[in-house]
Amino acid sequence: MITSAILARLDLRGRLFLGAILAALILVPVLNLVVPAGSPLHVPTWLVSLLGKYLCYAILALALDLVWGYCGILSLGHGAFFALGGYAMGMYLMRQIGTRGVYGHPVLPDFMVFLNWKELPWFWYGFDMFPFALLMVFLAPGILAFVFGWFAFRSRVTGVYLSIITQALTYALMLAFFRNDMGFGGNNGLTDFKDIVGFPVQAQGTRVALFALTLIALAGSYILARAIVTSKAGKVLVAIRDAESRTRFLGFRVERYKLFVFTLSAMMAGLAGALYVPQVGIINPSEFAPGNSIEVVIWVAVGGRGTLVGAAIGAVLVNFAKTTFTTGALAPYWLFALGALFVLTTLYMPKGVIGTYAEWREKRRERASLAAHAASKPAE
Amino acid sequence: MNLPVTSFLLYLDGVSVAFDGFRAINSLALTILPGEMRAIIGPNGAGKTTMMDIITGKTRPDTGDVLFNGSVDLTRLDEAAIANLGIGRKFQKPTVFDMHTVEDNLRLALKADRRVFRTLFWKDSESEREKINRILATIRLEHLRDASAANLSHGQKQWLEIGMLLAQDPKLLLVDEPVAGMTDAETEATAHLLKEIAKDHSVIVVEHDMAFVRELGVKVTVLHEGSVLAEGPLDTVSADPRVIEVYLGR
Repeated sequence: MITSAILARLDLRGRLFLGAILAALILVPVLNLVVPAGSPLHVPTWLVSLLGKYLCYAILALALDLVWGYCGILSLGHGAFFALGGYAMGMYLMRQIGTRGVYGHPVLPDFMVFLNWKELPWFWYGFDMFPFALLMVFLAPGILAFVFGWFAFRSRVTGVYLSIITQALTYALMLAFFRNDMGFGGNNGLTDFKDIVGFPVQAQGTRVALFALTLIALAGSYILARAIVTSKAGKVLVAIRDAESRTRFLGFRVERYKLFVFTLSAMMAGLAGALYVPQVGIINPSEFAPGNSIEVVIWVAVGGRGTLVGAAIGAVLVNFAKTTFTTGALAPYWLFALGALFVLTTLYMPKGVIGTYAEWREKRRERASLAAHAASKPAE
Repeated sequence: MNLPVTSFLLYLDGVSVAFDGFRAINSLALTILPGEMRAIIGPNGAGKTTMMDIITGKTRPDTGDVLFNGSVDLTRLDEAAIANLGIGRKFQKPTVFDMHTVEDNLRLALKADRRVFRTLFWKDSESEREKINRILATIRLEHLRDASAANLSHGQKQWLEIGMLLAQDPKLLLVDEPVAGMTDAETEATAHLLKEIAKDHSVIVVEHDMAFVRELGVKVTVLHEGSVLAEGPLDTVSADPRVIEVYLGR
């Protein structure tokens, strides 16, 4: 019954997207675990983790598309929510190291021993328990987004001003997390992870499982986002995007809608960050860098703003290009390429890859129906 | 609270507001009875739109009382609260939601619980659909139900916006220049539509078009430099030498 309720909310594009996720969910693990390493079809484990990383970015892009594409909130600070989710997971992973750290301290992570700290700071309590850490993955970015949004939306900060303060938010967090006495590992961040819920982080099986979980999280985030944008509340969000004051005069509390979608989106970004950290093996303050958040906007713009699927595809495409570029001779030119990509997309494909494709198909169908119409009526 | 309690639907008294020293509204007094339709005219800069902004909560007056339904102080409420009290507004420039269909525009406007989680779990209902059908018939856009609002003509957008007001089912409708940019036929149809609406709603119409105001045939208030210059039937008002002077210039 739930399946049919979900399917009813999906268009063809959404079904194809979920179909592709399902296919990857089966194929990639099989090609990695079952197909022998010598075979040309074998997917090496490093590639599984790389794909997993792309998928985390896809969830982040989806989260941004929900607020930017549907509600017009151009957040240039979504990287902060991603990083906070990542730190929550990183703290759990640090506490799992136990006595296997360099200093072998049973409770304190290595960097705290190094800094000569005698006991665990209060905000590290509870992170040895996975359910608590998981809760924090959602709560830490969620509460920050709620408090930030509460003040920003109530004061009716919109447009470019909102974008600027979201940049300031992520920048401030970066500076804070760089400080050693913040208690999050300073400059080096959190790394050297050993176990996640009892499984070794580096093991092939764990990596494949993390990849699969990321795919499921992406599908879940998509279904949730789709349910929201197709509900009446989703129509209100679009109304706010296109004519905010009109929506207010209709009696909708614009700030509450914004707060809801912004908080939810931040939690989604946090989940993406939490899945990212064990697959990449490190989280450090550079994840808060303002540039990261701007890159997310580029992914969404390239894929197609306000399409959800496009955002996810854009994230994978751009990051695939980034990997290809930055591992070859062209590495120094990547940022130029990224900038050019953004400018060209804005100029020539304002609707992104997905939007442009949909438009092209629509036109072709129209032309075909015109041609069929002309053929059925012989010349008089 | 020592605010006066009145039997008027809308009661403005001693309302003033200044922007950077410019007095847009100057001790304005205006009362609307329940069920009344009123036309407000006045030259450019007379304060018509500012008055609407004050009533709908967009602008807060510096001084004065703005009471709705006898005793509700509108100066303390924001736009959404005032809209939910039952004051609907149509803007001078038609503002409909371009990306939504005609039907969805009406659905968003339809009187309903406006809270986030209610709209999130909203379900289509027969009674709601019936109301939308009725409004579509009234504004004569039935054939464009599924059209995107962006594709409507100027006149059709004005009607859709009036339809959205109807869907809100407010006690008081504020209508700002509903026939600006309309053809004669459209203007006539709009006058008919507004008269239809006025049968069971209170309406304030701000308009420049004298022929249209004559067509409405209601009590007229002339605004000038932020206060009421004259009030009464159109013929009496337009014979008033002060009104003639304001309109024809000094």
